[in-house]
Amino acid sequence: MTESALVVQDLEKTFRIPKQHVHTLKERMLHPLRSTDYREYPVLKGVSFEVQRGEFFGIVGRNGSGKSTLLKCMAGIYRPERGRISVAGRLAPFIELGVGFNPDLTAMDNVVINGVMMGLSPKEARRRFDEVIEFAELEDFLDMKLKNYSSGMQVRLAFSVMVQASADVLLIDEVLAVGDAAFAQKCLDVFYRLRDEGRTIILVTHDMSAVERFCHRAMFLHDGEIELIGDPAAVGRAYLAANFATPEQPEPVGELLPVEVEDEPDVEAEPEVEPPSRTTERVLAELSVEDAAGMPVRSLPSGEPVQVRVELQALQHIEHPVLVVQLRDAEHAVVTGALVLLYEHGPLTPGQRVRANVEWDVVLADGHYDLGVLLTQGTAEADVVIDARNAGELIVHSATRETVGAVTVPTRVAVSNIQTEGVR
Amino acid sequence: MSLELEPAASVAPAPLREIRGPAALGGGFRRFWSLTWMVAITEFRLSYFGSVLGYLWTLMRPLMMFGVYYTVFTQIVPLGKDIPNYPALLLMNIMLYQFFAEATSNAVQSVVVRENMVRKMQFPRMVIPLSVVVTALMNLAVNLVAVFVFVLANGVPIRWTWLLLPVALIPLIVFTTGVAMVVSAAFVRYRDVLPIWGVFTQALFYASPVLYTVENTKEPITSVLQVNPLTGIMEGVRYLVVDARAPGAITSWGGFPQALIPIGIICFVFVFGLWYFNRQAATAAELL
Repeated sequence: MTESALVVQDLEKTFRIPKQHVHTLKERMLHPLRSTDYREYPVLKGVSFEVQRGEFFGIVGRNGSGKSTLLKCMAGIYRPERGRISVAGRLAPFIELGVGFNPDLTAMDNVVINGVMMGLSPKEARRRFDEVIEFAELEDFLDMKLKNYSSGMQVRLAFSVMVQASADVLLIDEVLAVGDAAFAQKCLDVFYRLRDEGRTIILVTHDMSAVERFCHRAMFLHDGEIELIGDPAAVGRAYLAANFATPEQPEPVGELLPVEVEDEPDVEAEPEVEPPSRTTERVLAELSVEDAAGMPVRSLPSGEPVQVRVELQALQHIEHPVLVVQLRDAEHAVVTGALVLLYEHGPLTPGQRVRANVEWDVVLADGHYDLGVLLTQGTAEADVVIDARNAGELIVHSATRETVGAVTVPTRVAVSNIQTEGVR
Repeated sequence: MSLELEPAASVAPAPLREIRGPAALGGGFRRFWSLTWMVAITEFRLSYFGSVLGYLWTLMRPLMMFGVYYTVFTQIVPLGKDIPNYPALLLMNIMLYQFFAEATSNAVQSVVVRENMVRKMQFPRMVIPLSVVVTALMNLAVNLVAVFVFVLANGVPIRWTWLLLPVALIPLIVFTTGVAMVVSAAFVRYRDVLPIWGVFTQALFYASPVLYTVENTKEPITSVLQVNPLTGIMEGVRYLVVDARAPGAITSWGGFPQALIPIGIICFVFVFGLWYFNRQAATAAELL
């Protein structure tokens, strides 16, 4: 049996920004009748959804999609123009950790005040103080003023306060990554436990991995409307696809050259006379990236095949040519590279055109990769004839949920014989 | 895992309740009051225990003002010479006015200063200006101890009417709260309320019978004073505490039918403040 914990019906919120701001009473007095013209920004355009009791519900969306506004409406901080929000039980919003903390007070005072803010009685808040402090691991710093706490300690305290509030419905806005690694693990444990205890949690985030890890269901908000609602994995894919896809036709990646090429860069040049060997030459080349269907792409889901086509023209004689087509990650480390041993077809002569095809299964983690092309005649850095390491880009998204790390190796996982200790 | 969590009211599911957005009041009276009280007492404690001399400093300001006025108006301008128990009356009036000025000027910026909370937490917004008034009231209570020491030292006889002082302060508290609500809500929208209010409190100080008494004024000043809500409040306290022969609140407001004007102003300011603050509370988070 399911019951609704939160029902949002046809929610609309429009921000009205006056074209002429009246900031002072003086202006208001001087122009008492000036009609205030508003520019309207519809942020939420009729959003309806329902969260069941005990559900861990994720809301994702890009900046400006209205998710923060939605959160603030649900939290009772903004008043919606139209529509209804109903909640079962007590709802506690956590839009930012540590809001309302007073740096001049001790942990005790802050915890109690924050507890009361969240709807506990002062007595109840005081009763829970020990638990909060124990969870935050701050027993030794009780009498210290908050301003003397390290930022990590403050965050720990804030997170503990949030957990102890024990509201029926928790609204959380990207506060998952807190504290050091050990405490972060503890927080994750709490999230899992809250979920298993049947607490209703609504998480608003950019972090798709968090959504896929925790959420039972997720919602993708786009431009103030619900784009997709349902399975977190599907929502995650839609979100990432929308994030990386350009609205128009994906622009071709290639066409990046002309490339400046230096011939024999090691030669010491006479200052006055430019030696002919150092004249820069232009090498025309083309680079295109296509998916399995032959359509030009810039981004694609992890694991999908991709075809990279390179076309170039040698302007000089290259005795031992090797073409490298490579992908570099954000840290500029080469993740993978294909070596096209052109010398097997003989040396390159000036004016000769070469076309090469590289096909990959992009079994990589989500991220942004630089697609690079290098033409080299040896193994040393100085042997590079064409250097176009940033020739193009490739965005990989929607890596599977079963693996972590840079590469998603095909993985099979089996579980057997799990025993549970006496914990409920 | 050390933290024991309540099992999330899993026994009886609560019925669905509509969220109507931010409000001035709401969330139950108990929560409203405990929140107001906690915020107020925190501010009070911070001002007193922030430094060793915290209390002394709080008391010092009105006492120094008193010293200056007393010297000027007894030694230089003989204004207080015909007023019985003038030093005690002067100190009492200064403390009363200090309460009004402190509460309202702190209230002006109170909502904007707590902008972070207003934008990120859900609580009845009225807590903010009200807690400012309550903190000022705590300061007044402490200051009144000093006043009574002075009153006794001044040779004023102890009377049972002293017990009525809290009742006489009710109109002052209502009026101050009303003004606090208006200025705090107005400041969210109009930022020049702060300097305007600074000048206004200065002017009102001299337009209230703090340094002088109403019966010593001439027309048309008297008529103006009779409209001022603070006139009757201060004269009422004077009658109850300092001078049994003083005319009292209603008389100094100009007799019965005319006294309804300042009383009406007090009520109107309070009701208007409630309405205006409530209206602004809904959108304050968006304007900040």
